[in-house]
Amino acid sequence: MNSRIGHIAFNTFREAVRDRVLYNLIAFALLLSGAAILVGEISIDIERLVVVNLGLTAVSLFGVLIAIFIGIGLVSKEIDKRTLYTVLSRPVRRWEFVVGKFFGLTGTLVVNTFFMALGVFLALLYVAHKFEKMDLWVLGALYFIVLQFLIVCALALFFSSFSTPLMSAVFTFALFVIGNLAEDLRGFARITHGTEGWLASAIAYLVPNFSALNVVSQVAHGDSIPGRLIFYNTLYALLYSAMAIAAAVLIFQRRNLK
Amino acid sequence: MAAIEILDLEKSYLVGFWRKRPKIALRPLCLSIEEGEVFGFLGPNGAGKTTTLKLLMGLVFPTAGSARILGREMDDSWVKSQVGFLPEQPYFYDHLSARELLNYYGRLSGMPAKGRSARVEEMLGRVGLSDSAGVQLRKFSKGMLQRVGLAQAILHNPRVVFLDEPMSGLDPMGRREVRDLIQQLRHEGKTVFFSTHILSDAEALCDRVGVIHQGELRGVGAVADLTSGTKGTIEIIFYAQHVPAALTGLGADASVSGTMVNAVLPEEHQEAALEVLRRERMKLISLAPVRNSLEEYYIQKLRPTDALQADSDQESGRPEQSRKGAGA
Amino acid sequence: MSATRRVNLVATFGLLLSMAGAMATLAAIDHQRQASVPQEALYLRSSKVLRRLSLGYTGLLADVYWTRAVQYFGTQHHNGSGDFRLLAPLLEVTTELDPRLLPAYQFGANFLAPQPPNGAGQPGAALSLMKYGIEHNPDQWRLYYNLGFLYYTELKDYAGAADAFARGAKLPVTNEFMPILAARMAQHAGEFDTARMLWFTTYQSSKEPQIRQNAVEHLLALQVDEEVTRLEQVVGQYRQRTGRLPIALTDLEHAGFIHGPQNDPKGHPYQLMPDGRIEVQHPPELYFITKGLPPGATPPQPPRAAPPAAKPDSK
Repeated sequence: MNSRIGHIAFNTFREAVRDRVLYNLIAFALLLSGAAILVGEISIDIERLVVVNLGLTAVSLFGVLIAIFIGIGLVSKEIDKRTLYTVLSRPVRRWEFVVGKFFGLTGTLVVNTFFMALGVFLALLYVAHKFEKMDLWVLGALYFIVLQFLIVCALALFFSSFSTPLMSAVFTFALFVIGNLAEDLRGFARITHGTEGWLASAIAYLVPNFSALNVVSQVAHGDSIPGRLIFYNTLYALLYSAMAIAAAVLIFQRRNLK
Repeated sequence: MAAIEILDLEKSYLVGFWRKRPKIALRPLCLSIEEGEVFGFLGPNGAGKTTTLKLLMGLVFPTAGSARILGREMDDSWVKSQVGFLPEQPYFYDHLSARELLNYYGRLSGMPAKGRSARVEEMLGRVGLSDSAGVQLRKFSKGMLQRVGLAQAILHNPRVVFLDEPMSGLDPMGRREVRDLIQQLRHEGKTVFFSTHILSDAEALCDRVGVIHQGELRGVGAVADLTSGTKGTIEIIFYAQHVPAALTGLGADASVSGTMVNAVLPEEHQEAALEVLRRERMKLISLAPVRNSLEEYYIQKLRPTDALQADSDQESGRPEQSRKGAGA
Repeated sequence: MSATRRVNLVATFGLLLSMAGAMATLAAIDHQRQASVPQEALYLRSSKVLRRLSLGYTGLLADVYWTRAVQYFGTQHHNGSGDFRLLAPLLEVTTELDPRLLPAYQFGANFLAPQPPNGAGQPGAALSLMKYGIEHNPDQWRLYYNLGFLYYTELKDYAGAADAFARGAKLPVTNEFMPILAARMAQHAGEFDTARMLWFTTYQSSKEPQIRQNAVEHLLALQVDEEVTRLEQVVGQYRQRTGRLPIALTDLEHAGFIHGPQNDPKGHPYQLMPDGRIEVQHPPELYFITKGLPPGATPPQPPRAAPPAAKPDSK
């Protein structure tokens, strides 16, 4: 059983790597890291700040785009185009398919992030000429970005389990945007009362909290990341992803494939 | 043991945006297929052939009824390892090569690593794709994809093979090869259940056929029975420019084409007809009994019965009491 | 000619023509838009909205606005328009998105306060920006420095300046001049040395080219003011001793008051006027000077644009 998940994960990874969309997006992100160097030249004294800000933002945003494109492409499309028929006619359980896809997707993104991060660090080395201790926290920010991808992949899979490729992409991206404003939502929920308050609270707690995973500005200024935050964020990402995957499995189990 | 046992399997969908009305894709189906049998599922497009296959594969869930394959319930994992499936117009992973796909599928089917690659190569050879084994699937033509589909269906040596329109997309040569393949499968003792709307293939390959139309099984019969026997008429072909009046008087249904005349008449008038020809000095080319054909059986089963006519007028509503397969 | 070739020819011709047309139109659009470019620099003014829009990537957006602020100032300066009304909002948005973007405060201190065409002429905005910066970065000595600098140069509020320098001097990490400046504010506020120290600190503590150039120009002006003052004092001493005005600077030399030729920082000799004043030979090339000018003239301004000499401003 486990080997099947592994096979599906590996195959997902292989498909993603061979799909040239991935390369274009990576190249673009790397280009942006290079551009960060140029931008830094305009404002003296803050080159490092700009490189980290721009580089990490690029990794984060492009990663999300990749997660959505590849995620939807590899799952929704598979369901849409009936590639799935021949897979599910084999002794592969539906939940194994979902979980395998998830691992394949996140694996792809981790490798992706690695290469993009390399670009950022090279740019950083170029402007600062050496690494400092505070650069270690950039790794921390990257780790949080990977956690963010985990959640986005899980969401992409969740939507793919019942929606068309286009709508899945739209929903996932919408939740990404809302998730970044989640803190505001929760603040709003706290001061609203009555049914609106409950509704706002429900939504505010259900949407993924991406703001806590965004520490780009802090590490750009060289701040450290508290250990507790790392622990809680990891836990949150794992739990939230598990929730989305579980929902995806439940829905997919009973879905009539067209 | 029955390889496939279908008991009142039924499927209806809810369609419509606001007021959902049920659309019946498959009326309660009862069918039993023996192991080693080659069964042809005939019907026009949209009859419910693909729906039936999808139900059996667990891709779609029945509204009612059940099915057993090799004695076990459909969703039993063991069943999946004994079954092969070729969907209609298959589509595969764009960026894999044929070889990689089969290896991947082999792994998913639980084939042991030892011997798997050899088996993959063998399958590729069997469907004529040895040369293109390393090419990415997105470059494959429709016919090539069909072959890959066949290869993956029989890769793991399943006992029961389900094929949805296996000849679609193939040129005459390819179709011949698929026919040979199905014959081979039969020799290997496998059960083959395939759907098609090409009658000549069914006639050549199948032990039994079932005719399905508008979601309902109209008839099941052994091919041998359906095509044996005569209808009690004979067909005479002779040289002539016109149809002799006397022949028409015998109740002949005749037509002229060029220098020949083709007449069909009841066999008891055989001697009388020959007498007419002798009298008119018309040269006989051939005389033969008209045999039953599968095509006739098919068309006959497709004709709507009164009950069904009323049903389809209504569009919604519960299906009529189940019609079990009628004999020839 | 075959039909295919004809089509190819027409299509190629059409392609080139439309390409040329598109580019010409683009140039025309650019020309049109140049007038309204400064407005666009701001786009959105509300930092709250921006914060939301940036989806948490506020650091990057702050950097973007910061670069826009720098470019806006450079462009406006280059135009010679003297209109910097968007500088304060740009800097405010920048610092609201990222209160820790220190160079923004530096820039604001140097270019928000001075009168046009050297700055936006909004010392109040500059002050509140500094105070906002100190509130969010209480351990950055440069901010206190900037504050003191503003009090000193623009508001002539020496007590305020002293207080700011003193607070900055108390920080664990600070510049060596801070305590000295704090002390000097008290007694020697109006002195050349104090001013010189201030401008030198500005020059030394910033890597921003525009800020450094500005500081250099002020340092040179100080030098001129100081020298002119000293020379005029000497003229007075000569008159006291001899009872008449010197005819030329060489008289002062012979009398032993000065030694060697007296040149301004640009290398031109100071001119002795009939009424005993000292003037510089070419006022337009010595920016910011308050001494050594003809009567009624205002301090020359640095020309940042192609237009030749600075216009003697009518304020």
